[in-house]
Amino acid sequence: MSDRLTRDDVAKVAHLARLELTDAELDTYTEQLGAVLDHAADVAALDLADVPPTAHPLPLVNVLRDDVVAACLDREEVLAQAPAVEDGRFRVPAILGEEP
Amino acid sequence: MTAVGNLTHEPVEGDRFTITSEGTGDTWEIVVGLEVHCELATATKLFCGCPNHFGAEPNTNVCPVCLGLPGSLPVLNQNVVELAMRLGRALHCTVEPSVFARKNYFYPDMPKDYQVSQYDQPINVDGWLDLPDGTRVGIERAHIEEDTGKNTHAGGSGRIHGADYSLVDYNRAGVPLVEIVGRPHIRHPEQAKAYIDELRAILLATGASDAKMEEGSLRVDANVSVRRVGDATLGTRCEIKNLNSLRSLGRAIEYEARRQVDLLESGERVHQETRHWDEAAGRTRPGRSKEEAEDYRYFQEPDLVPLEPSAEWVAAVDAALPVLPAERRARLAEAAGVDPTETAVVVAVQRDLDSLALAAIGAGGDGRRVLTHVEHNLAVEGAESLDPAHFAQLVTMEVAGQLTATQAKAVLTDMVATGKAPDAIAAERGFEAMDTSQLEGIIDGIIAESPQEWAEFCGGDDKRRGKLQGFFVGKVMKATKGQADGKAVNAVLEARRAAAG
Ligand SMILES: [Zn+2]
Repeated sequence: MSDRLTRDDVAKVAHLARLELTDAELDTYTEQLGAVLDHAADVAALDLADVPPTAHPLPLVNVLRDDVVAACLDREEVLAQAPAVEDGRFRVPAILGEEP
Repeated sequence: MTAVGNLTHEPVEGDRFTITSEGTGDTWEIVVGLEVHCELATATKLFCGCPNHFGAEPNTNVCPVCLGLPGSLPVLNQNVVELAMRLGRALHCTVEPSVFARKNYFYPDMPKDYQVSQYDQPINVDGWLDLPDGTRVGIERAHIEEDTGKNTHAGGSGRIHGADYSLVDYNRAGVPLVEIVGRPHIRHPEQAKAYIDELRAILLATGASDAKMEEGSLRVDANVSVRRVGDATLGTRCEIKNLNSLRSLGRAIEYEARRQVDLLESGERVHQETRHWDEAAGRTRPGRSKEEAEDYRYFQEPDLVPLEPSAEWVAAVDAALPVLPAERRARLAEAAGVDPTETAVVVAVQRDLDSLALAAIGAGGDGRRVLTHVEHNLAVEGAESLDPAHFAQLVTMEVAGQLTATQAKAVLTDMVATGKAPDAIAAERGFEAMDTSQLEGIIDGIIAESPQEWAEFCGGDDKRRGKLQGFFVGKVMKATKGQADGKAVNAVLEARRAAAG
């Protein structure tokens, strides 16, 4: 089992992602995520001074589109999937203290 | 936000705003860095073809991409890159290869639960902006990111605290923004306002944004800290949000600086936090405590490839840049033979009257007088269509003593209204130069009427003489119905006094 990651770390990340985990799941993910970090540490241990960082696996840059307006979705269709709607807007629960 | 690196451009200090404590006698200075978000003036959003349009019916400018529906993929808008680079180059930044990242957070203003932004590799880095007062404010970075949707808090008080629920409109979600992160080189609330004014002028000149603070297309957050004058290290800063006008910006900075000085003077500490400006109450209040950057779990956006504008593209952007306000001020100041920080120069550029002033000076008008008229007498509609040759002629008549300053102002007003030449207007209004002997005769008469005052004028101290000078000039103006030239009157009075003494 890795010592790079504690059960508390996993609980914190789960909270940030709004995931509710059982104690058993916390144990499982602590172990599995620890293995991922161990693997990353193996790569980090290599001498890669001459290797440029990879931003993306595809050998592509500058994928761009022209600034031309395209069709939007119909509002009724958009809102039809929402649990609650008011005045053409999505109605969501009040959220306190989490304004970004 | 990334760490602030070494300063590559030292700020040139303008006037500082200082607070001297009554208790300890210590003098504190304020240190301000501004973060400005501006919406780019594109036709479509950052990653989809939905219109970038303010004021549409809620949730009508949305599609699978900006709603974050499964299977949708973002594609970067070329015009966003173009406008971001125009702004960056106008701010003397270097254009670097850049990548996009996901900033993860749970809040209903982003349906994807993350905002796409440039994080550790922004497109524009390390530039500067020169203020009209000569202060150079460093620009750390100017990066591309997407705007969020708009929440309306309903029920309760209508504010976020006490709201029962929120209504969300995603028309703004995915609208392209550039965030301009300024270095903490600002030392005065007025400088902060001047920075925003100057930035807005650059945004408009480059066509990057319509920069309307009242519509929210330009939004300002202020990082404010204080330190004792002479201290080299920066104090703990607070980030002030909800600044909806330049007036709010200036007031909030001053309030916040005084709050921090009071805390520090009473032995307490400033806590790094986000605070909200309450314009009605005239104070800042603590907001949500700032999350750690790591809580956003930034990682590279896997759906977007890196952006590497070619050297040719950057060169084309440079070639198409308009003449920027700082350069326009420099040109006008040089032509007029004055300092570019002079108010008249700043005002001339702000009112878009610098080309008129340059043309008038080019046509032989005296630079100083042209600027004086632009500053004081041309804040009127139609001023920009004034004939520069007529303007130069007016100024020349004034310099030659054919018109007094008051008469010249009246003639100028008529010139703007009618388009007629100044000599024609002067003749119509009956403005004729008073010759010197005529003026001398009037002054001698007044001296003879007031022997007591004249004796005091000749023999009194400077203060008394100053008072009596006003007395005599007033009498001459009354006698000539304001047509006499003040300078000429003073010269005659002085000559008469020298002769009497
Ligand atoms: Zn869209």
